[in-house]
Amino acid sequence: MIKLTVVYVLTGLMFAAFAVLSALDAKNPKRFGNAAFWGLVALSFLAGDYLGDLGNGVLVLGLALIAGLGWLGRGQPATTTPEERKALAARFGEKLFVPALTLPVVLLFGILVLKPLHLAGQPLLDPKQATLISLALAAVIAVGVALILLRQPLISPLQEGRRLMDIVGWAALLPQLLAALGTVFALAGVGKVIGGLVTHYLPMDTRAAAVAVYCLGMAGFTMIMGNAYAAFPVLTAGVGLPILMHRFGGNPAAVAAIGMLSGFCGTLMTPLAANFNLVPPALLELTDRYAVIKAQIPTALILLVANMVLMYVLAFPH
Amino acid sequence: MLTLLGVAVVVVGFAARFNPLLVVVAAALVTGISAGLSPIAVLSALGKAFNENRYVSVAMLVLPVIGVVERAGLQERARTLIARFRGVSVGPLLIGYMAFRQLTAAVGLISIAGQAQTVRPLLAPMAETAAELRAGELSDADRQAIRAQAAATDNIGVFFGEDIFLAIGSILLMVGFLAASGIVLDPLQLSVWAIPTAIAAFLIHGTRLLLFDRRLRRGPPEAGE
Repeated sequence: MIKLTVVYVLTGLMFAAFAVLSALDAKNPKRFGNAAFWGLVALSFLAGDYLGDLGNGVLVLGLALIAGLGWLGRGQPATTTPEERKALAARFGEKLFVPALTLPVVLLFGILVLKPLHLAGQPLLDPKQATLISLALAAVIAVGVALILLRQPLISPLQEGRRLMDIVGWAALLPQLLAALGTVFALAGVGKVIGGLVTHYLPMDTRAAAVAVYCLGMAGFTMIMGNAYAAFPVLTAGVGLPILMHRFGGNPAAVAAIGMLSGFCGTLMTPLAANFNLVPPALLELTDRYAVIKAQIPTALILLVANMVLMYVLAFPH
Repeated sequence: MLTLLGVAVVVVGFAARFNPLLVVVAAALVTGISAGLSPIAVLSALGKAFNENRYVSVAMLVLPVIGVVERAGLQERARTLIARFRGVSVGPLLIGYMAFRQLTAAVGLISIAGQAQTVRPLLAPMAETAAELRAGELSDADRQAIRAQAAATDNIGVFFGEDIFLAIGSILLMVGFLAASGIVLDPLQLSVWAIPTAIAAFLIHGTRLLLFDRRLRRGPPEAGE
């Protein structure tokens, strides 16, 4: 059975290559900072299970210090100029889309064909991780397709990958670190404290008020915790179940589903949902770190109101 | 109440634009220590959770292939392609993409597109060119606004499509939580209730995209948009 560990080794090797190429990049004045940062990420992927909890904690501290002290720069791997790219684009034509389309095609193949496959009674892919394993497979095959079809230098996947990785920079690790922070929050009972505050101090005498508290609470709590999954159990135990479902007779499926989607409105508005909101501005080289959040806020707020109306109208018996 | 100090650290740290990695580590230490743990214990808990969440960063594996096709001119080709469809303006282009994302996410195909593999190399350059063909040379602010809107559209499409799919994490979480509270539901019962919000999201964001398009053609966008 192919497990996630194989994918971790592959990811670790990629980051190790980024670290080595960073160290050799004389054009980047901060090259050793980059090498250390990507080297630590490589170490985490290759050997994280052997470092021990405290070892991993020190590794995280190292990453945060390198990023926080401004030791990360942007590498300058040799790449094509804009003029060369225009000429190449004209020469290759529609062929250029093939590697990019290979990604979803192989991913689909993995999920639809490989995932159900069994070898000697064992599933071929770890069923819980089939999507990530398929994604890794797709990434490798797409690189092969790109190299053959577009006749690019063999080192180019690593150098171009490093170019994009340096553009994203420390933001790349933020989603994973925020997920870890969520665990520490849970350990300290942050959710329970906030849930208690919401249910004790807010008025919920009418159905409209209770709907508003639940939906706004889901959005607000999601903004603090970074994802709606952490908010749902707290708010539903405090407001959804006892008040909306039991006291006012709300349809549990409608209350829960629309409540969760109100949480998603919060996800659109918080920097703590870094993979959606902070990584894209880095990838798109935007000067304002919060530009994507700002573009999402109006939609999120209007949709939050729409959710409250939908729940009020649809979730209760007439 | 002391437990909430860590939340305050996050809010202040992000608002003051300190490096977020440092802010998160500081918030973890403050939260853990105020809950009575030793700094070493907090660091260990953070390290353990960081290691267990490595799967979150695996998505970076797509960067090498995206880099190679960019090197060979993919962004330039995407611009040429969209220029051939002179009738497509930035608003309808993004609306079409949002519909594609919502519909595919609704059948569980969330990872077939994304910020690194679709928005950066394809959608953002196409959206910029579509706007350029109508409004002429774009200012840097407009260019950035268009890219941000492309990224936002990808997020909104996925968020308000995925819950229609039965086997998504949030649906399973709801089924599990409600079952533990004595309410037994089928995933299908929950996922049909995601449809009204999905439609509302499409209408709301679609309208905003059309207004955005109109504003781009009329002149400089208003601040904050």
